[in-house]
Amino acid sequence: MNEVKIEINGVELSAPADLTILQAARLVDVDIPTLCHLDLHNPQVAFKEASCRVCMVEIEGRKNLAPACITTITEGMRVKTSTPRAIRARRTSVELLLSDHPQDCLVCEKNQNCDLQQLAAKLGLRNELKYQGAVSCYEKDCSSNSIQRNPDKCVLCRRCEIMCNDFQTCGVLSAVGRGFETIIKPPFGLPMMETACTFCGQCVAVCPTAALSEMSVVSEVWDAINNPDKFVVVQTAPAVRVALGEEFGMEPGQAVTGKMVALLRKLGFDRVFDTDFAADLTIIEEASEFVHRLQHNGILPILTSCCPAWVKFFEHQFPDLMAIPSSCKSPHEMFGAIAKSYYCEKFGIDPQRLIVVSVMPCLAKKYEAARPELSNKGSRNVDYVITTRELAKMAKEAAIDFKVLEDEVFDNPLGESTGASVIFGATGGVIEATLRTAYEWLTETTLEKVDFEELRGMKGIKSATVKINGMDVRIAVAHGLGNARTLLESIRDGSCRYHAIEIMACPGGCVGGGGQPYHHGDIEVLKARTRAIYNEDRNKTLRKSHENPYVQELYKEFLGKPYQDKAIKFLHTHYTERENI
Amino acid sequence: MAAMQDEIQKLEITDVELIRVGCMGSCYAEPTFEVVRPHQPAVVYGYVDQDSAREIVRIHLAGNRLLEHQRIPKPGIDDRQVRIALRNCGTIDPESLEDYIAVQGYRALGQCLTTKTAEGIIQEVIGSGLRGRGGGGFPTGLKWKTTALARDDQKYIICNADEGDPGAFMDRSILEGDPHSVLEAMAIAGHAVGASQGYVYIRAEYPLAVARLLIAIEQAQQAGLLGKNIMGTGFDFDIDIKYGAGAFVCGEETSLIHSIEGDRGEPSNKPPFPAESGLWGRPSSVNNVETLANITAIILKGPDWFSSIGTEQSKGTKVFALAGKIKRVGLYEVPMGITVREIVYEMGGGIIDDKAFKAAQTGGPSGGCIPAVYLDTPIDYDSLAAIGSMMGSGGMIIMDENDCMVDVAKFYLEFIVEESCGKCTPCRIGNKRLYEMLDKITGGKGSLKDLAKLKELGETIKDTSLCGLGQSSPNPILSTLKYFHQEYVGHVQDKKCQAGRCSALLAYCIDPEKCSGCMVCVKKCPAQCIEGAVKKPHRIIQDKCIKCGSCMAVCKFGAIEKR
Repeated sequence: MNEVKIEINGVELSAPADLTILQAARLVDVDIPTLCHLDLHNPQVAFKEASCRVCMVEIEGRKNLAPACITTITEGMRVKTSTPRAIRARRTSVELLLSDHPQDCLVCEKNQNCDLQQLAAKLGLRNELKYQGAVSCYEKDCSSNSIQRNPDKCVLCRRCEIMCNDFQTCGVLSAVGRGFETIIKPPFGLPMMETACTFCGQCVAVCPTAALSEMSVVSEVWDAINNPDKFVVVQTAPAVRVALGEEFGMEPGQAVTGKMVALLRKLGFDRVFDTDFAADLTIIEEASEFVHRLQHNGILPILTSCCPAWVKFFEHQFPDLMAIPSSCKSPHEMFGAIAKSYYCEKFGIDPQRLIVVSVMPCLAKKYEAARPELSNKGSRNVDYVITTRELAKMAKEAAIDFKVLEDEVFDNPLGESTGASVIFGATGGVIEATLRTAYEWLTETTLEKVDFEELRGMKGIKSATVKINGMDVRIAVAHGLGNARTLLESIRDGSCRYHAIEIMACPGGCVGGGGQPYHHGDIEVLKARTRAIYNEDRNKTLRKSHENPYVQELYKEFLGKPYQDKAIKFLHTHYTERENI
Repeated sequence: MAAMQDEIQKLEITDVELIRVGCMGSCYAEPTFEVVRPHQPAVVYGYVDQDSAREIVRIHLAGNRLLEHQRIPKPGIDDRQVRIALRNCGTIDPESLEDYIAVQGYRALGQCLTTKTAEGIIQEVIGSGLRGRGGGGFPTGLKWKTTALARDDQKYIICNADEGDPGAFMDRSILEGDPHSVLEAMAIAGHAVGASQGYVYIRAEYPLAVARLLIAIEQAQQAGLLGKNIMGTGFDFDIDIKYGAGAFVCGEETSLIHSIEGDRGEPSNKPPFPAESGLWGRPSSVNNVETLANITAIILKGPDWFSSIGTEQSKGTKVFALAGKIKRVGLYEVPMGITVREIVYEMGGGIIDDKAFKAAQTGGPSGGCIPAVYLDTPIDYDSLAAIGSMMGSGGMIIMDENDCMVDVAKFYLEFIVEESCGKCTPCRIGNKRLYEMLDKITGGKGSLKDLAKLKELGETIKDTSLCGLGQSSPNPILSTLKYFHQEYVGHVQDKKCQAGRCSALLAYCIDPEKCSGCMVCVKKCPAQCIEGAVKKPHRIIQDKCIKCGSCMAVCKFGAIEKR
């Protein structure tokens, strides 16, 4: 790209011609405040709305102010970012937004984590609001147990709409109505629960305010912990440990497994277990199912089923392909089923007393836990799901200084795990873990090189061919439901053929989940979390799921053979065709 | 028409043809009837009803005498109009291709396809000085040139027929009266820029225009004037109709394009301009109906002829929809540079009841109010912009001394608040706040501080909004604030509405001297707030009065006055 010479606030610089004024300004350390702008460094999701009109700057020779976030630089352009006119413009936009916003910051879900609040502070908006008038008043949508919609707090930045439509291709959230009555909502104003929403939570992940947030069950979890009649066990997903530290001001990408375990004990959980254990179990089941299908001319490709948003997506969008996903429950559901059967049996606990809490990077897991088929005689496999963010809130409520906690280790038997399970948290991890096991089972030889590098990384759709017993086993990985759609359509029309496919709904896999600490558009955060995941894997002595001794014990003592009677009863599920609306 | 037909048969007149034509634009005198006889000037009759229709047949057709008392000026002949865009409106049968061909229809297209290069056509349009008639005033030739230069194998010509300004109806009139002229111009544009497909984006609330367009498209297709290999020249061009659902913002070209694409009708940032990346990402030239209606005349008569009409920077003519407190409401196509005074007093016949002219509102909700001191300002794009208004699509609403300018501003703001797409903050919330402030002021609760706020917010909305709608939406406020500042001050300081429009600022009072105590107002008052007994002066209880004015309307003694 050719370079152009421009001037920003009197500073001359030369920059590539495809840069926006905002990007160019950052090169010379000029800060232009933004609100609706988001750059996920992903060509599939272009945030080109420029709807908030906060980043307005003066360009010499231009009649009106220009939005810096989408105006590209041109040769000789002279930009001024902090003239009284530009300052008045950005202040006015924020003052107007505040005039149509509930003034309940102190008790708001997003207090101190809200882009609008930070912007108002940054612009020095103090004392009374300059403009006052009608304030939008809509009903909250609490129809699901994953996502809460509070349109009163919406600033119409349209980020959620772009994620839902362009990235996830679900088309659930979009702008409806005109003028002051414009609102982002599902088609026909349906409650979220009655739509094709997958509850992936990517709308929540990008929402600058509390217009979209999780349905919290923190108080229910406290009640369970404080109830002496209940025996409360907690499990934590692999992606939680590489992100939780961020909530306490730690650098992204620090694995805080030991501190997290210590925290959970301090909060009062009776046992602290690891979803990674169940991830190893998932691999045993999924690899068995894969090998079974391979050896018995079963339907291929096999699709992973760990991601509940992905499961709901294909139930709505690809009901004709319902036979190809694996029937395995997701790891935390397997955990719940085993905890309420095997674990209770082994330790003489009344299953009625047992409460299973999952700490997940995910909002869809909240929805998943309430699916009727994932329960046993009215008792859910998993009772409560809290997100990484909610766990951090509990720690803050309990006034626990997370950073100084001494490392502790998980309880057994449901706390042991291999490196294969850790990588579930990153895109490509599940299929890599499956391959590590399936390869050894099929070839009956040891897999020396366990790292399948070509299945890792942030590329939307990845593929690789692995030679197993002389056969080319073709693998594909997609993260983001738009990519999943592309892949599934190519399977449906026969243009692509694979043996096994992993799909995760969120960018980067679970590390980028809707329940993770807010990344505020910084994609480097997701990359740092991913690196931490693969570090954890590398540091493990055991790196293949079938080597987990406690998993082996579980089959010996309770389940019998993988992908057979008892294992199928406890660890497998079925899917339901759903309307696409 | 039936009465006329009947009378013709009765009198056994055989050498007469009755033709239904499109609107002539003389709305004030509708229905109208034009008699054209060979070697005689055409005569237009207005206010025609069944009786006068028969009379016209008897006296004029059979007796060859004029009915002077019913004559009205023939637009463009008997008045100062220069009819280019409206040249065929009211003179040909819009549903007849033959009629159109008889007035040189499709000759310009033929010339373009056989004797002119694409660059040549664009040069002619540039040379004519034609600027967009939809509101923006961008030079049409340059728009075509940019579209022509954009490299793509698929380009589009889009005709913007989403006429939405309150009171403007020139595009409808052209499409209803002369649809082929627009289709022909689109084909010429297609040839010039390298497009093979055109779309007419028309609001569905124009059923007659839609019907006539559909007829015209089919006729042109059947005659080989649209479709593949037009006139055997190898040029392909076809036209489809896309319906708008009535959103004002869809008249903005990027919104219009999103609407055609099936997306929500809301604008996107420019650049990129549609000429570079428009419909489905392809280069697209979006031109307004009236703009296109000028094209064939420019091709046939030449750019020099066209540019000889008008002013230095604004060439040709402009159709105005004259309405409001004016005697002769209607469509007037006038040369650029004509003054407001000439339009109001010469063409429009002056103000109703000969009251005082107060302001002319041009440009619709995006425009401003021109006060009496600018009555002699020549009307062109730049002069209007200089005095805080704009050409817009050509609406011109005349106000008299009984109109309250604050109330007028509020009316337009209300429209904008309804029609803002809601995408950008300043337009969505800012205009709402402006409206609320005006409501406060007309309700007698405003302060001088509010006037300062109105101005500051209005200017910021103009400066920061995303599209043309928001960038011009505060114009009605800003121009009235500027030219009628005292009226605003009167509302906030003295709590008085000079024009007597803002009911919250009025008090109905009974003059005890004049009141005869007839009890009629007491009985009529819906709020039961008039006290009084028979033959004793009545009194209005101000606290209870809802200011409906019904007492004033029923009082036979003129005892009730507004203060």
